[in-house]
Amino acid sequence: MQRKLTLGLATGLVVTLLTMTSSVFAQKSATDDIAKYREMIADGNPSELYEAAGEDLWKKPAGPKNATLEKCDLGLGAGVVKGAAAQLPRYFKDTNKVQDLESRLMTCMQVLQGRDPQEMIDAVFQKGPKKDMEAIVAYVVTLSKGDKIKVSTAHPKEKEMYDLGKRAFFFQGGPMDFSCASCHAENGKRIRLQDLPNITEQKGAAMGWGYWPAYRVSSGQFWTMQQRLNDCYRQQRFPFPIYGSDVTIALSMYMAKTANGGTVETPGLKR
Amino acid sequence: MADPMRVRAAENGGTVDVKILMKHDMESGQRKDAAGKTIPQWFISTINVKANGKDVFNGQFGPAVSKDPFLNFKYKGAKGDKITVTWIDNKADKRTDEATVS
Amino acid sequence: MKKTNIKKLLAITGFILTSSLIHNAAVAQQKNDPKFNKMIQDSFRAEGIAGLDRIDQDATQKFCSDTQFANSKKGEAMRVKIQKINMDTIKQPSDGNYIGDWKAGERIAQSGRGATWTDKADAAVGGGCYNCHAIDPKEISHGNIGPSLSGYGKLRGYSQEIITYTWNRINNSKAYNACSNMPRFGHFKLLNEKQMQDVMALLLDPESPVNK
Repeated sequence: MQRKLTLGLATGLVVTLLTMTSSVFAQKSATDDIAKYREMIADGNPSELYEAAGEDLWKKPAGPKNATLEKCDLGLGAGVVKGAAAQLPRYFKDTNKVQDLESRLMTCMQVLQGRDPQEMIDAVFQKGPKKDMEAIVAYVVTLSKGDKIKVSTAHPKEKEMYDLGKRAFFFQGGPMDFSCASCHAENGKRIRLQDLPNITEQKGAAMGWGYWPAYRVSSGQFWTMQQRLNDCYRQQRFPFPIYGSDVTIALSMYMAKTANGGTVETPGLKR
Repeated sequence: MADPMRVRAAENGGTVDVKILMKHDMESGQRKDAAGKTIPQWFISTINVKANGKDVFNGQFGPAVSKDPFLNFKYKGAKGDKITVTWIDNKADKRTDEATVS
Repeated sequence: MKKTNIKKLLAITGFILTSSLIHNAAVAQQKNDPKFNKMIQDSFRAEGIAGLDRIDQDATQKFCSDTQFANSKKGEAMRVKIQKINMDTIKQPSDGNYIGDWKAGERIAQSGRGATWTDKADAAVGGGCYNCHAIDPKEISHGNIGPSLSGYGKLRGYSQEIITYTWNRINNSKAYNACSNMPRFGHFKLLNEKQMQDVMALLLDPESPVNK
């Protein structure tokens, strides 16, 4: 009786394996090869070039006040860059709001250097003042590489941003009815052959939040988190999210908090 | 001078592993911009690496090499070797950077 | 010995049932949040063809943005209502033709372009079908957000019922599944009639590679 059962099970297993379509194997080998390619190029991450430029800009006097950014407080004290990015976004007493890395850097540029934040907001990505921002972001995030993502929602404004971000994550709009959740709320999903992290869970959130900002090989550019969110909204057929706007900070808060405990792998290297 | 390179070199068992990241647009000359105009060629043409003044690598890049090139090669050397990397591009711009083998 | 085990099992099952009932009863619709609405209004600006009207939600988008309620038992009545609203807006092809050219359909399925703020108003919008679906088995670069459409016609047959259903589904998937992830291609005029007829052919022409 038992022998017949085991034989039946074994045959069933073999039949199932044989009937798996060849396209499934083709996909698996395609995605495996892509992962291998990524491993091979991980060593030459061009983000390092941006990081080097960013370190120079951090220490170079600029703006009407002709000052450096070396006194900038990113949440761990004036001038403390190491480990700061891993704890952003966070509430800042001096501005009385929750800020992500880029909006906080705009504050420092304004207060310390006298630079006009509106110029930064209006600038096109990868051009003009945004080039400085991208380099400085690369420098700052590199100094959190390997740290644990650790954002707090202890302050009521932080909790509020998290809740607003969570709601924004599911907000559908545009002529395709897309929300962030349309692509990023389920396990095992992919668009074409691009795997999609499930950002509503810790593991997936850490895959997303922990690997951006990154050098994007397909564009040959270093993209900050604001640019990544901006392009997401473009693909969602939404109108243009204003640089550093509340929805971008709220979403960042939601993603970072959900990713807590994960490792900061930035600056990343993406296709 | 153009944007700095990142040069790293580490010795292990008599072999030095050299890794160089270059900042360069490497425009092939085959792309067109949004207006339909061809973007002019602009790429690194030659690269030379010396260790203690002696050539250890010579390369001729061209339009086939993509943006922000990463070069990795090995040679027989020792800790403390002085590595000098120089590239020249088709606009006669050049860049030299150095590193010490660790 | 066996009797106490059965008693334990019943107790545990009872507990699970009651707790799930309580959980379901607690799911209510998300409240309107003026602070949230203001954040959305203030955070975007118009760019290219993407105007601020795109963040004015219609009834379907409002309902489906509240995923907990939308998927709950309490949300069922509303789901049926939303499906009917969407079904009522579907128009059958003006020339009575449902099946176009499958070769053109494949091109439409492959293209994910159009309707973003970097696209021109007169640029052709693609279906982006391969982003989510397997279609022609030869194409391995496909997503898995939607079900496989390989063998679509072969498996379902070519009856008028299937043809109409498929037309409706492409026009407005939410007529059948209130919170389907699939864009409403006809409803939002992303694809025109000819394009949809061509996509129909990709799925329902017996000569299409999908059905070979």
